[in-house]
Amino acid sequence: MRERFAAVTTELLDSDPRLALVLAVISAERFTPAARAHPDRVIDVGIREQLLVGAAGGLALTGLRPIAHTFASFLVERPFEQVKLDLGHQGVGAVLVSAGASYDVAAGGRTHQAPGDVALLDTLDGWTVHVPGHPDEAETLLRHAAADGDSRVYLRLSEHANSAPQPVVPGRFRVLREGRAGVVLAVGPMLDAVLAATSGRDVTVLYAASVRPFDAASLRAATARAGTTDLVIVEPYLTGTSSAHAAEALADVPHRVLALGTRRAELRRYGTWQEHVAAHGLDAVGLRARINAFLGV
Amino acid sequence: MTTTDTAAGASYAPGSAPGPYGYADLRQLMSRMTGDEKHGPASTSTLDVLWVLYDRVLRVAPDRVDDPARDRFLLSKGHGPMAYYAVLAAKGFVPDAWLPGFGGYDSPLGHHPDRTLVPGVEIGSGSLGHGLGLGVGSALGLRAQGLTDTDVWVLVGDAEMDEGSNHEAVQYAGAVGLEHLHVVAVDNASATYGWRGGLASRFAAEGWSAVTVDGRDHSALYEAFTAPHPGRPHAVVARVEPRES
Repeated sequence: MRERFAAVTTELLDSDPRLALVLAVISAERFTPAARAHPDRVIDVGIREQLLVGAAGGLALTGLRPIAHTFASFLVERPFEQVKLDLGHQGVGAVLVSAGASYDVAAGGRTHQAPGDVALLDTLDGWTVHVPGHPDEAETLLRHAAADGDSRVYLRLSEHANSAPQPVVPGRFRVLREGRAGVVLAVGPMLDAVLAATSGRDVTVLYAASVRPFDAASLRAATARAGTTDLVIVEPYLTGTSSAHAAEALADVPHRVLALGTRRAELRRYGTWQEHVAAHGLDAVGLRARINAFLGV
Repeated sequence: MTTTDTAAGASYAPGSAPGPYGYADLRQLMSRMTGDEKHGPASTSTLDVLWVLYDRVLRVAPDRVDDPARDRFLLSKGHGPMAYYAVLAAKGFVPDAWLPGFGGYDSPLGHHPDRTLVPGVEIGSGSLGHGLGLGVGSALGLRAQGLTDTDVWVLVGDAEMDEGSNHEAVQYAGAVGLEHLHVVAVDNASATYGWRGGLASRFAAEGWSAVTVDGRDHSALYEAFTAPHPGRPHAVVARVEPRES
């Protein structure tokens, strides 16, 4: 996804004079031609993440559409007050594009992992959050975000991707399969494992590559058609991140929610992201056991 | 008062046009705000700096607060904004009738300013160390849009410079020679551990043009604010009486 991000952003910088890209070293080597073509709109501030987001806020104050990029841990968590104040409180927008996601940099350890990024943004007002599950989806969502006025958008890129892209509409969940025993909401890179885990089971599978705003209407429609409000949410970040949104969507009906995501306890292991997915119980085997037990299927 | 000599700002005179009040009225305007005793001394430390900027330097006007070519003044040190509000009222950006409501539920004038509530206020501030990053981005954004005659001014305090975010911005702006970025650092000796060698040395070491002047001397402030600094950002350290005196 990061390769696609670089290629599409480079193209967009050529065609849209309102766009500016702010970097803090990470991925800068992928933007060398763009920086040469647009020295005033491709800005690398060095290893200065407070300035990365602060400068994005300043660019937006002058009317530009900034895209700021680095690893999720250094884009959302480290300069969180800049995200809160230099964008939100100023009333300006930006597109924050992260790499690394929850566990991509498994061998890098906790310092390079940000499973709490979406939960952190959930404490703020007005953020659109996209979690693409495929490079094609990332491209669609990036193009939409770049052209989406002065909105505040977080685009969460990952090495972890599904084998095939889904058609995505920003802000909408998509029904991939219908059943009667429960509804499983798969977020972004979780889709392949969810489809494998629920294969042969009588469940509805909803897909979300775009999670904020939370598409309550599609969730309600899916539970109504399934005739059940037993819901499983499978997210590639901190367990329970979307539970409050689901509870709000289903507030007027009795419902049960099983939240599956990365575990809160720090996983003090290195290795590969695939090993971390399995350790969090987010591979097909781990998901199947917990989904079956919860839905009784 | 002379008009500026470059195309983009040709229709502005340096300094905001005369407003309803002058310098002699500022303390009376400030006295109409109450309820912020804690920040009283800090609010007056900025008074002369703000007045000279608004009266003689900034190319801004109450009827052009959205003009892309206007100069940008970013009050980074959002604490004690009474002097700021008084100057904005004196220059006609906000009605003086707003002043007595300072800090009240229905007032747009809070103990820390909100840009979305107050005409002419460029940033919301209060948490220290945010104005310089926003100022760097503003200067970059103006340059990218060809607004090469527009200046950005950021007012910080000497204690505010304790925040590390400022140093990210100072180093970067110096390294890339962000000529249209200006800082005025009001130094009332309130930084907990001081600035050995003087605050100006921190800017100079990063390639800025930097001067230190008496923050109550209008002529000295004006001279420092308008000193040429080709190819470099410019810092003016304005010394005022120590906070505790």
